[in-house]
This record gives sequence, C-alpha cells and structure tokens, in this order.
Amino acid sequence: MILPRSEGELVEAIASATSPLLVKGGGTRMIANAQGEVLDITGLSGIKLYEPAALTLVVQAGTPLAQINTLLADERQRLGFEPPDLRGLLGRDGVSTIGGIAASNASGPRRVQGGAARDAMLGVRFVDGRGAAISSGGRVMKNVTGYDLVKLMAGSFGVLGALTEVSLKVQSIPEAEVTLVLDGLSDDAGLAALRRALGSPYDISGAARAGGRSYIRLEGMAGSVAYRAERLRAQCDGAVLEGAQSAAIWAGIRDVAPLHGRAGDIWRLSVLPTDAAGIVAAILAAFGGDTLRDAVYDWGGGLVWLALPAGADDAVRAAINGRGAAVKLRGAGAAPFAPQSDQVSALSAALKAQFDPHGRFAQGII
Amino acid sequence: MEMPRPSSMILSRRAQIVAQLRAALPKSCVIDDPLETRVYECDALSAYRCAPLAVVLPRSTAEVATALRICHALGVPVVPRGSGTSLAGGAMPSADCVVLGVARMNAVLSADYDNRFIHVQSGRTNLSVTGAVEARGFFYAPDPSSQLACAIAGNIAMNSGGAHCLKYGVTTNNLLGVTMVKMDGTVVTIGGPWGDGYGLDLLGVVCGSEGQLGVVTEAWLRILPKPEGARPVLVAFNSSEVAGACVADIIRAGILPVAIEFMDRPCIRATEAFAHAGYPDCEALLIIEVEGSAPEIDEQLSRIRAIAARHNPIEFTEAADEAQAKRIWLGRKSAFGAMGQMGDYMCLDGTIPVSQLSYVLRRIGELSAEYGLNVGNVFHAGDGNMHPLILYNANKDGDLAKCEALGAEILKLCVQVGGCLSGEHGIGLEKRDLMPVQFTPADLEAQMRVKDVFDPSWLLNPAKVFPLAASAARRGDT
Repeated sequence: MILPRSEGELVEAIASATSPLLVKGGGTRMIANAQGEVLDITGLSGIKLYEPAALTLVVQAGTPLAQINTLLADERQRLGFEPPDLRGLLGRDGVSTIGGIAASNASGPRRVQGGAARDAMLGVRFVDGRGAAISSGGRVMKNVTGYDLVKLMAGSFGVLGALTEVSLKVQSIPEAEVTLVLDGLSDDAGLAALRRALGSPYDISGAARAGGRSYIRLEGMAGSVAYRAERLRAQCDGAVLEGAQSAAIWAGIRDVAPLHGRAGDIWRLSVLPTDAAGIVAAILAAFGGDTLRDAVYDWGGGLVWLALPAGADDAVRAAINGRGAAVKLRGAGAAPFAPQSDQVSALSAALKAQFDPHGRFAQGII
Repeated sequence: MEMPRPSSMILSRRAQIVAQLRAALPKSCVIDDPLETRVYECDALSAYRCAPLAVVLPRSTAEVATALRICHALGVPVVPRGSGTSLAGGAMPSADCVVLGVARMNAVLSADYDNRFIHVQSGRTNLSVTGAVEARGFFYAPDPSSQLACAIAGNIAMNSGGAHCLKYGVTTNNLLGVTMVKMDGTVVTIGGPWGDGYGLDLLGVVCGSEGQLGVVTEAWLRILPKPEGARPVLVAFNSSEVAGACVADIIRAGILPVAIEFMDRPCIRATEAFAHAGYPDCEALLIIEVEGSAPEIDEQLSRIRAIAARHNPIEFTEAADEAQAKRIWLGRKSAFGAMGQMGDYMCLDGTIPVSQLSYVLRRIGELSAEYGLNVGNVFHAGDGNMHPLILYNANKDGDLAKCEALGAEILKLCVQVGGCLSGEHGIGLEKRDLMPVQFTPADLEAQMRVKDVFDPSWLLNPAKVFPLAASAARRGDT
C-alpha cells in the first residue's frame, strides 16, 4: 500500500510506479474486481476553504463524508445531492470519502430536483497516469473556462487519474420537509403518481417507490411546504410524514435500505420512468418468484435498484433492450460501467489511453 | 487578435473544395458567392471579421456527416455555427475554413411530458424550445440574453447560462444527450433521454467544448414544469458594497431566488436614458425574482424585505402586477442595448466568488479611471458572474487595443480573487490568449489531449480556446 501525504508525494508515487495502482479512498463504493497495488488517498484529507455565504466548499479528496456533513450542519448547510452510503448495500465497511463520492458520481434522491454529484462539482484537482497534476474548473458557481474535465472525472471510478481535491457547491438546509406516502397502489399506478408529481409545479425533491408504497418529498419554507403538500394531496391523497420521520424515509431510499443484507447480485438500472415498471416486470417474468418484491425505484422511476440471483445479466439487458443502461455493482463480473455503443467505447478507450498511457489505473474494471 | 495565416494550399484549392461539397450535397446547401459568404464573416464579437472560404447549411445529420467527411479528407478547417450570437468569437471564421451552420435543422423531434424531456435538432433557437412545450405548462430553463436568436447548438458548445441559472443551473445541468458528428464524419450518440450513462461522462466534456470536439446535430433536453407564478422586486442602494453584502445575506439565509441581478450607476443612468424603466438614480440596484404560488412568493419576499431592511435600502419596490414586473425587468433587459447607444462596448464575463464582489467592483472603478474608459456593470450577482461593459470608440485609433488591455486586466483580477475568465460566454477567440492566467501548461495540455481524441487532425474550430503558441504543433502551424 502507498499512502501519500501530499499531492507532491502522490505525483511521485504515480510517476515512479511500474505496476498497476488501485486508487482508494474509504473503499465503501469500490468495485470488488478492481485490481492493483492500493494507492490510499486518505492521507490527503482536510478542508481547504469553506465560505457559507458563497455556498462554496473546497476539500481534499480523502476527507471523510462524515466530517464534511458535520462541518456543513453547523452552518445549517448540506451537500444538496444527498450522497448515498452504500456500505449496507454492498456489504462494505470503512469510511466514505468525498473523493470516492466524486469518482462514482454518487447521487441520492434529490437528484430529480438539484442534480447529481457532477452538477455540484465546481472544480477538481487530480494526478493523471503520466504523473501530471491537473486542475480543472474552480470554486465559482459559473465557469466555462476551458473544457469541463470536472465532469469527465465525475463518475470515472479512477480510470483516468487520482483525485486530490474537489470543490463543491453546497446548499442551505430548508426549514421544513414533508413526505406524502401513497399506499395501496399497483406499481404501475404508484409510479404514475410519482411522474404526475414531478410534472407538477410543486418543486418535488424526492419521488420514490419501495415496499409497495410511493413517497413524494417537499422541502422549503414552512408555509410553502404546507401549501404544496395540500395541493398535491388534492391530486393524490396520502398520509403526511414530517421532520425526522420524513428524513428517515429518505435516508432509507438513499442508502437502498430495503436491499440490505440480501443475497445475490446488486443491479442499478437507469431507464425512462415510463419504462421502469415494464422492465422490472419483464425481469420478474424471466426469474419468477418474489425475488423482485423489493425493487427500489428512485428518481420517479428513472433509477431502479434490484437484488437478483447470479446470472441475470442477459435477462436484464434483454429487458432494457437498449432503452437505458444497467450496471452490476455487486456480484461476479461487477463493473461500474455499462456496455456502450462502439463509438462511445472507442472514444472512452482513447481518453483512457491519453490520460493513462501506461495503464496504471483501475485494471479490471473497464 | 492574431489569427493563424490561412493555408495558401487550401485557398488555392477553393474551386475543388466547393465542387466536391456541391457534388455531394443539395445545391442550396453550399454557399460560395463572396457576397453571400460575407454574411458569415463574424459573430457577435463584431470587432473581428473574416469571410470564410465557403458556407455549408445542411438539413440533416447525414448531410452534416457528408460535409465533414469531405472537409476532413481535404484537410479543410471547419468552423461550426449555430446562430452566430457568440460574444467570444466562437463562430468567427478564418479565410481558409468552411463554416458549417446548423440553422436549417430546427425541428422538434419529440416531446415527452411524462418523462420530462424534449428532443430537438440543434439549430432550434433557445426560446422556441420553451415555445414548443409551454402550452403544456413546461419550459426549458437556461435563458441566455440572446435566447430569441441563439441556437441550442451554440448553447451546448458554450455551456450557456442566463439570468435564471441561480436556481436551475446552466446548459450542462439540463442536457441529457446529444447526437454529434465528429470531424471525420462519424456519427455518435452520447447519453440519451434516460440520463446517467454509467461510463466516462463524455456528454459533460462535449458540453462547453466550443465546437472543437464535434458538431452537435440533435439534443435531448430536460424540460421543467413552469412555476405557478413569479414576481420581481427592485432594491436600490447608495453603495455597491452594501448591495453586495445584501446579496450575500440573502444567500446565507437559505433563500434561493431564481435570479439576483445587479446594476451599477453608469448602467442605471444609461438604461434610464434609453428605456425609461423608472429606476432610481442610485449607486447600485438589485432585481431579485422569486417564484411559486402567490402565498409562497409573499413568504419569500417578506424574508428578503427583512434582510434588505437591515442594509437601509433607499428603495424597495415589489411588483404589484404584471405591468410593473415587466417595467422592473425592462431596464435590466435593455442594459446592453442602452450601453450600445453610448458607443461601442466590449462585454466581459468573468466570474468571482460572491464574497469578493465589493472589492472587485472597487478595483474595476480604479482600473476604469486609469485607462480612461468608462465601465458599466450589470451582472448575475447571485452566482458572481460579472458583466463589465467597457465603452470605447471603434473609430478612434488605438481605442480598441486600450479597451482589450483593460478587459484583460479585469479578467486577471477575476482570476486573482479566486474566479475565472468566463462564466457563460466561452473563451473563443476573445480570451484565448488569457488562458495561461488561469491554467498551467499541464492543465492546458490535458484539455488539448481531449481534443486529440475527438479531432486528431485539429480541423474543427482550431484556432480558438487555446493560445496559438500552445496549440501550434497540433494544428500543424510550424
């Protein structure tokens, strides 16, 4: 294991490496098949800048998420993209770091309103496979200066380089939140209710379905939340949960709690919301039984989490049939990237060759 | 502004190049009459002009691919063009290039309200995307000032923003997928209506790449349900510094207006003389717009009023009705036109951390006096995206050079305080040579490596974004 204490040491470690490296933060989201000598970035940890009035946070990549959450909460702020804690789902332990979140574009239920991790990332510093320290973006809210390598690094799972620093846009914690709980609907009807809510002017910050219930979240100023909840209930009546009860529901959706402890492979599907129920039904038909009873739908049905028996790959791809993407995050052959068109694969491989010509990073995962 | 010397080899083969394009494309798609190509000699950075060798206006992705394949085979540079509204010279031609305009490709391919996206050809104008979905209660969020004219193709190339991106984000946050033609003529689809592609985020790097990686011909865009209503307020102050502090306090309080616009005295005076919006004669004014139902708007505005009151504004006017709302926005929306009445101007676009607002405004005032050129400031204060407008006289010898020198000083200042050269207009030709102020050679090298992947022969919009010296070897300019 290599444990650099500074960007300079990281540059040195990569430049002098002669065999594959495995960039690692807390290891809570890594793909099990990834190979190489561990390049531990938790030595690059700490807050470099926090300006609450500018909604700006700059941190070193190895900084633990928990430390960031505490720092922000003290100023009544948070990461708007609600990064999931995947330890329960993937059966990992360890301490989640901001670098791992950025490298996996880990985004929770609020993605439907405020965007993904990639959208909150204002800038990055990273060291590529040639040992060059590179900066892209910055710390300001609007920036079109040069190519957006920030997006390229977001969700790249360390195949292009090792992140050393991430700049983020943060948001204020709203004063109120409520969740509307819709019970007794079929999957079709329950997902249609989510889509109707997302198409309303009521600024939905969460739209999910799990365990036979649909959940719709509203956040904001107290009067506004009350008004919107009332209007939504006029179109789909349900129970209302407030405050901590509401927050607990969304922590469970975010971390995919209904699938914790389940045997088999863990799949993550990205599909059109209107296709979600049909795709899950097709997979169910191929596998039978009640293995899919616990499908977790987030983002109004645009994101589906499944626990499936091993060997479901062909059935999943057949059900999606090119209309979306699926990745297996746990199980034999798990990889963070879905198969792509030849054109996109060729461009991705060429980018990898440019940034990592010696094949230093992330062997075994692409 | 230095441009590479046009290739005499390409110029000498002009007839052959045009003939090949004519042979492969419908007759009306290829323009080479010097009278007609002059229409394309510049974009909105009109201080610089150069007619291209020819112009191609395809009507489909296949025709774009045909045109690019021919130019690629003949080694002819191509400058892609949406509506030509770039303020940075992004669509500025060279004498040896073919301009490829997508303006004829403006169809809506599909609109899906259940899944909240629209699929359009890239020549469609920004405002007409909203126009296509507003009857169903939806809108497309990014709203650059030029939205009546500017094309989605250019919005994607420059990652355009607008006044309302404080809440809704810029183009990259609202773009789901594209169909793009690479310089060699291959067509590639990146992303799609389902978003999140689970691979390297090629879409993210294509957006904002200033037409240097490919020509986007179709796009899937996120559409959003329209809020129930919106209302602006106008808050006037006797000091820019205090206005800046008020902005910081509003954001700090967790209120997220859809827009916070800032105008300083020179801009206020110019717009009053031009548009008669009824603005007070003051040092600085803010236009703050909030959205929602009437009671939600009241709730937000009462908090904003309380915060503003702590800063002793000299006026706080809430729009009582639609007509007054229009009047409040009128001056802001006419600001560029009003400044234009006073003379030629250059519009800068640096972004700064909002905490540096008052310092930067003061420094701009000092620099303005030093250079003897007037500067008005009108900008998106909520996200620190400045728009200093430098007034100069194009007919006066040396004035343009002086204006550019002042512009460079102001942009360096933006970078110095932790900001960047461009918040929403792009680098183009205009800020190309300032890139080393913000980036190290290694940073620029990494960006140019991305272009190497998409366009190895460096034929697509080649003389933009990167300093000429930095890209010379790649462009074959030795």
